[in-house]
Amino acid sequence: MKREDIILTTKQFLSEEFEVDSALILPDNNLQQTLDLDSLDYVDLVVVIEENLGIKPTADDFKTIETFNDFYDLVEQRLNA
Amino acid sequence: MEHRVVITGIGAYSCLGENLDTVLESLRLGRSGVIYDEQRKDFGYRSCFTGMVAEPDLNPFLSRRQRIGMHQPARFAFMSTKEAMEGSGLDADFLDKTETGIIFGNDSTAGAVVETVDKVRTKKNTTLIGSGDIFQNMNSTVNMNLSTIYKLKGMNFTISAACSSGSHSIGMGYLLIKQGLQERVVCGGAQEINVFAMASFDGLGAFSVRDADPSMASRPFDRDRDGLVPSGGAATVIIESLESALKRNAPIYGEIVGFGFSSNGDHISNPNFDGQFRSLNMALKQANLTPDDIDYVNAHATSTPIGDSTEAQAIFNALGSKVPVSSTKSMTGHECWMAGASEIVYSLLMMNNDFIAPNINFENPDEDSKKINIIPSYKEQNIDCFLSNSFGFGGTNSSLIIKKYKK
Repeated sequence: MKREDIILTTKQFLSEEFEVDSALILPDNNLQQTLDLDSLDYVDLVVVIEENLGIKPTADDFKTIETFNDFYDLVEQRLNA
Repeated sequence: MEHRVVITGIGAYSCLGENLDTVLESLRLGRSGVIYDEQRKDFGYRSCFTGMVAEPDLNPFLSRRQRIGMHQPARFAFMSTKEAMEGSGLDADFLDKTETGIIFGNDSTAGAVVETVDKVRTKKNTTLIGSGDIFQNMNSTVNMNLSTIYKLKGMNFTISAACSSGSHSIGMGYLLIKQGLQERVVCGGAQEINVFAMASFDGLGAFSVRDADPSMASRPFDRDRDGLVPSGGAATVIIESLESALKRNAPIYGEIVGFGFSSNGDHISNPNFDGQFRSLNMALKQANLTPDDIDYVNAHATSTPIGDSTEAQAIFNALGSKVPVSSTKSMTGHECWMAGASEIVYSLLMMNNDFIAPNINFENPDEDSKKINIIPSYKEQNIDCFLSNSFGFGGTNSSLIIKKYKK
């Protein structure tokens, strides 16, 4: 999957799952703050990624993620692994 | 110092209506909320009758995080509690700054548990269950969700007492306020409606298989009754000290004056005259009332042959033959964990609107029901004081007495 497609696909399911305006999901924005994630929500983040992309990141994978760009890097890396 | 305890908020999400106005209309008309559920036939049920409510849409009221831990019991209870809170003039800001408890009755989360187990069986990975299911799966689901949503700061626990859960929740809240340990408690009962929740109960052969109009299946006290009809939804009863109610100029729907309870210590499912009789008498004694003071009895009667007969004997022996009696389960079916709370709401609607709702489908009495005064059709009547019975599996009995509030 190309990076453009990852951005488009994840924007859609993240905005639906976490009920945020998709216009706020921008590459340099902070993932946790934009999606308003608490500790429990990271479990649901794993669930929607698995449901939509077929990959299953672990909680450790999110430790270094700050922006959506970081998130896209993770997804791209896992999809192409 | 003992405190007087009054009811300052009520709400219902019931098969008789999804708000108090519709419920009141159904009670007046003797309108049944029982349907024939085709899904139960496919699932292997012996009886397909059930009371039914719609799945509420909570999106306009709650955030994703607030909704994600809620399955039917909590969803239904949110709807009834929202109505009760609004009618009582309470909101989250006020509750956040005061000490309000919550004691809700609930005794199953079968639908939620089955869905969770199905997920993990499919995915074979517990992380993929998601973060909300644990809060749906636990029996205290109503308490944990509502206390979080409404920022409640007082006592917080669930009563699981089978079909008297809702009644005991009000009784326990009453005792806490009476003793000055709480100022205000959100009480109630919730009951899920889905094929998973009632399958094992259906398997006991306790449900009606009467081949007729669904509205005629639940017929408490009638000679030709053949079993109960399951039902569900939620009801909320907000209770508080009289001082607190007056201070915030809250509406007062009634005053709780007696709470009787007992355990049969006998068979796990069969009713027991002695246990019921002791519960009724304890409520009367605690309220310092005589049988003549009771204007109406909302019976537990579920439409099972042995249960209704036993209760008729208990009512006759404790209160005599004259007091008007009806079972609103003739219209609702058996709301189980919710019933003890919903029947307080139904009876308060009667008391505040001067009528007795009918025990529909009561066409012919049997040897026991002919000894008591069952009201088969709508009756205008002043009610100053009523008694409501709830009896559950395991022999847990509860009787509440509520009077019109007078200064």
